[in-house]
Amino acid sequence: MSAEAHHAEPGFFRKYLFSTDHKMIAMQYLFTGMIMAVIGGYLAYVFRMQLAYPSQQVPGYGVVSPNEYNSLVTMHGTIMIFWVAMPVLLAAFGNFLIPLMIGCDDMAFPRINRLSYQVFFLSAVVLLASFLVQGGAFGGAWTSYPPLSAKGAYNLTPVGASMWLVAVALEFVAFLLGGINFVVTTMNGRAPGMKMYDIPIVVWMIVLATIMFMFSVGPLIAGAVMLLFDQLLGTGFYDPGRGGDPLLWQHLFWFFGHPEVYVVLLPALGIVAEVVAVFARKKLFGYKTILHTAWAVWVLSFVVWAHHQFVAGIDPRMANVFSITTLLISIPLAEMVFVYIATLYGGSIRLATPMLWALAFMAEFLIGGVTGIFLGASGTDIYFHDTYFVVAHFHYTFVPIAIIAVFAGLTYWYPKMFGRMLNETLGKIHFWGSIITFNVIFIPLFITGTAGDQRRIYSYAQFAEQARPALQHLRVVSTLALLVFIAFQLIFVFNFLWSLRHGQRAEANPWMANTLEWTVPSPPPHGNFADMPTVYRGPYEYATPGRREDFWPQNVPN
Amino acid sequence: MSSKPIATSRSAAGLPTARLVTWWVIASEIFIFGGLLASYVMHRLGHPEWAAQAAHTHTWAGALNTFVLLTSSLFAVLAHKAADSGDGARAARFLRLTALGGTTFLCIKAFEWTHEIEAGFVLSSGGFWSFYYTAAGLHGLHVLAGVIIMLFFAADAARNEELQRVECIGIYWHFVDIIWIFLFPLLYIAR
Ligand SMILES: [Cu+2]
Repeated sequence: MSAEAHHAEPGFFRKYLFSTDHKMIAMQYLFTGMIMAVIGGYLAYVFRMQLAYPSQQVPGYGVVSPNEYNSLVTMHGTIMIFWVAMPVLLAAFGNFLIPLMIGCDDMAFPRINRLSYQVFFLSAVVLLASFLVQGGAFGGAWTSYPPLSAKGAYNLTPVGASMWLVAVALEFVAFLLGGINFVVTTMNGRAPGMKMYDIPIVVWMIVLATIMFMFSVGPLIAGAVMLLFDQLLGTGFYDPGRGGDPLLWQHLFWFFGHPEVYVVLLPALGIVAEVVAVFARKKLFGYKTILHTAWAVWVLSFVVWAHHQFVAGIDPRMANVFSITTLLISIPLAEMVFVYIATLYGGSIRLATPMLWALAFMAEFLIGGVTGIFLGASGTDIYFHDTYFVVAHFHYTFVPIAIIAVFAGLTYWYPKMFGRMLNETLGKIHFWGSIITFNVIFIPLFITGTAGDQRRIYSYAQFAEQARPALQHLRVVSTLALLVFIAFQLIFVFNFLWSLRHGQRAEANPWMANTLEWTVPSPPPHGNFADMPTVYRGPYEYATPGRREDFWPQNVPN
Repeated sequence: MSSKPIATSRSAAGLPTARLVTWWVIASEIFIFGGLLASYVMHRLGHPEWAAQAAHTHTWAGALNTFVLLTSSLFAVLAHKAADSGDGARAARFLRLTALGGTTFLCIKAFEWTHEIEAGFVLSSGGFWSFYYTAAGLHGLHVLAGVIIMLFFAADAARNEELQRVECIGIYWHFVDIIWIFLFPLLYIAR
């Protein structure tokens, strides 16, 4: 049936604020996420300048006070994880890709989908508004440990602390609402003929991540209500003086917080799988192996959380158990990367920009994984805990996830999203500039962390045992590299905006890929498919022997 | 958008989309209540002295409320049966009876809380009372939400529209019931 016959062209407000179209909602999430990324990046710029040039004027900000410094690092972490990684990787890609890739016209519940974005938008407004209240935005770290977070007298941002909790809770609700659609649509909305193992890996990964999010976030929602009551209504859930337990929050937070890493990692791995298969022109090696390893990660990630609490006073026997589970979880992840490398082997590799990002993801994430072993083993973690080694480690996991894999996905699907090609030369300049500077930002921090630099320190000079003037040049190098990194992002922004109007027009299938989204015009019309497709095979049939073309779209009968 | 997308009507997994959504909501709720109750049980085990506080709760009121909720669940089952046989008017009648049960539950709850607050036991009166009011309050909100949604669905069902929703709200109501079956012994009886 023809979708256009049913829908008149909607007006501006219907189209951009109250749209129920999955592609429009994906764009809303994408652009909100990108704006939040700019804010999060700006915060990083300000506090890195403070660390390199303590108590001097920061251009575009002013002098950073100790309290502001706490707010800056707290909000940087909060924004980058909850308002950039989550909306872009899960919501933007999930909303855009799932209906297109499974051959459907929209999500199963478009109005719940719209509500999901509206709640998310509200959460972002609450979070940003907290910068303007008395005392400023929350400064008790993105992990919000009580008693620091529970008492305004300790964190000095009493209003900001409660707004932070409300914003995070709203954000969770938004993703629980959106998750309904991801799971139900993938289960029920698939095109005729698309069996379980014909679903593209990235869709699988987004669905697995969504279910994982739902299972892990519930206890933290309860915990957030309890913390809010401690802040506002005088309860003592986390106050040991009144029968409460501050460790309880750490358990609830990390029972969510660790799986959360995988909630954003799995979609990133999915994006990389799609890009690697298309640009290696080779059948994805071990489709089922990838799924099984993803399930293994899924299960294990629920039993590793206490590796964040080795120094928090948990039972040492528990520490042994959590060390072992943490080291175990690296096995399926390593296996997955090996599977991707095996896909490359013997392929006719095209080094277009998306492929460069996908390859960089594997290389950089490997460093993140290997350095994680030192923190997962309780013995070494006691030394490294709360140092810059930890900061460098998780940026080597989160930057590959939320920046590198996102760029792989954005450069790959840009033609489908906007109907134009990005400029390849600018894309490659942006790629190399970002990757090199990224490493220059964080390798020095491994060194300063190993030397003992504690994180969340406003000014090292003010602590005799933390001063270490010999390390100051490394702190400066890291900051300068960040400045260059940010400058290179301007190239991407320019390329993104310029190509919207002036890029070469994209045909339906510019990369010669197999999945269903490439069978419709770029950008896809309302309702996606003029004729609803039927699926005849899996998504990765590249270079099939005996076929004239080296690709074989899922919807072509033979 | 008046017309539903194709996606809403497809059923590749062989399960109705409405039922899938209901299960998704319930699964996420189980983890919210699960986190809260696990926290409570851990604290309770570490604080035997909370039993003296728990002795101030009105066990008979809790027992009566358990009976009220279980009865209302029976009406939800009868509403589902009526909806399955296509009798919207009958389904609506039973849904309204279920909602009446929920309202009765909330009234008894209000009566209990009034007495406890008058006796000086409030949210901030110590660990037990914090958990007591938070857990029972969260559950009460779910009862209230269920009653409101049920009345809307009953209005639809009376016109023989969207009858598949009768089953969904029924599943949700059983879930609210089961949560109470956990709360009642944990908050009122455990010594
Ligand atoms: Cu972790």
